[in-house]
Amino acid sequence: MSREGLINLALGLGLLAFPLWAEWAEEPFMITLSTRVAILALAGVGLNLSLGLGGLVSLGHAAFFGIGGYAMGILASHAQSYTPIFEWPLVIEGTKAMPVIWLVAIAAAGLLALAIGALSLRTSGVYFIMITLAFGQMLFYFAVSWPAYGGEDGLSIYVRNAFPGLNTLVPLQFFLIAYALLMAVLGLAALITRSPFGLALDAARQVPVRVETVGIAPYRLRLIAFVISGMITGLAGALYADLNRFVSPAMFNWQTSGEIVILVILGGTARLFGPVAGAAFFVALEHLLGGVSDYWRIYLGLVLLAVVLFARGGIVGTLAGREAADG
Amino acid sequence: MAEPVLQVQGVSKSFGALAASQDVSLDLVPGEIHALIGPNGAGKSTLIQQIAGALRPDAGRIRFMGRDVTQLGIVQRARLGLGRTFQISALAMEHTVLQNALLGALGASGRPYRFLRPALRDPDLRRRAEAALERVGLSEQMWMRTSDLSHGQRRTLEVAVALTLAPRAFVMDEPMAGLGTSGSKRLTGLLDELRHEAPILLVEHDMDAVFALADRISVLVYGRIIATGTVEEIRADPEVRRAYLGEED
Repeated sequence: MSREGLINLALGLGLLAFPLWAEWAEEPFMITLSTRVAILALAGVGLNLSLGLGGLVSLGHAAFFGIGGYAMGILASHAQSYTPIFEWPLVIEGTKAMPVIWLVAIAAAGLLALAIGALSLRTSGVYFIMITLAFGQMLFYFAVSWPAYGGEDGLSIYVRNAFPGLNTLVPLQFFLIAYALLMAVLGLAALITRSPFGLALDAARQVPVRVETVGIAPYRLRLIAFVISGMITGLAGALYADLNRFVSPAMFNWQTSGEIVILVILGGTARLFGPVAGAAFFVALEHLLGGVSDYWRIYLGLVLLAVVLFARGGIVGTLAGREAADG
Repeated sequence: MAEPVLQVQGVSKSFGALAASQDVSLDLVPGEIHALIGPNGAGKSTLIQQIAGALRPDAGRIRFMGRDVTQLGIVQRARLGLGRTFQISALAMEHTVLQNALLGALGASGRPYRFLRPALRDPDLRRRAEAALERVGLSEQMWMRTSDLSHGQRRTLEVAVALTLAPRAFVMDEPMAGLGTSGSKRLTGLLDELRHEAPILLVEHDMDAVFALADRISVLVYGRIIATGTVEEIRADPEVRRAYLGEED
């Protein structure tokens, strides 16, 4: 196994072992923190597909994270108040079933990514960053000003949504759901990276004109990557809302987008397990320093600066060295 | 003479006051190497870009495989069978040599939107990519990272990627640029064989290679073609000698 493979294995097992230890030590809050890591990592895996493999620096992934959150919030709030979402032309009820909520979140994020991507991928570089940021902020202000679902105050969901056969209110069981989804999506991301599509997308990041010259349109590759990326981040948003049992416009805020970008860069751009390392580091720092000072993000900023200046490959990249050539 | 594969008909292109192409016409017939020569700044690259679809001409038409492709972009022309190589290597430097060749094979397959089976394990793509690498003599470097290749090997890989497309015509922009004598000789041998698979429009500064390979030569000076003919005709043409070969008499 390559060095990066070993690091990935350690990260994967570590993220599983820590909450198991916490369960044994009766530290439920540590399990919640692990769940937070798994969910933020999932959002990062989504972004990593467009940012790492596709070279598309999106500062608007909060849009997908937020729409996933609101998909959960809207469905669950209607279910808890027993009011249908639509009565015409046909009656659509809310739901508390996680699998249904996930599918709705994925579909909504995918459609949104298709619309945002179709427009913003016509630009590149700093314009792309600005347009994705603008779309994210549009949704933020829309959520703030939409009173039906809580407006600024957001929506509280009193009981966590249900998954068949599990009691999701038990921290460890909810963690395992998030962990299983993260692992499944990491598997999918690994397949995509090695697939013909991934090869072409990665080449389009390096030399777009080469990809065109062999008869493949980079725009279409990027749009597909952006949609898959958005769907994954949307799924993470639905889980995140379920973790907190609360949805608010803050999920749509550009700060959320920034945090997802930061954890991907910290972990190692384009590295499969980079977002896992980045999310673990981010949550650990937030927990350890957040208690010491409200201004813990100053230290996060310093760490980010150090990574960008001295360790471009992030945590995984620095530990694993140059990417395996046969990746 | 057989029906031309590629026809450039009265193409003009200006950038502000600079006329980079002025009423340029040339064609490429099956089995030939047609060399395009001219001093620096003559507009060779601009013409190549218009042929490849990277730039739209202001006037004139470009026909390829019997179709008017003037309005088509790079992607569509590539899919019709235009195999282009670049003056400055345009390769995915972080990828291996094999991955670069696989990308070409993937483009040729016309089905790049496949997400599950690894590209490296697709037998059709592998066969096509490895055959092209074998052909140019890069089999041993297959697993090397492209950024670790020598300049000459990169030039050769450019040709290999174009080969994976099994194109109907090659458009090569200074494939010999920066090659040493031996590298240039090897590539000359390869191009000599390739012309029977697809005709080559060859932009080249290396006059030894041009005179050894070309069936016809067109001379571009200040955006105009001042002469087209066989090697002997071009060598003997007084206007060409004055304008380009730099001889005074």
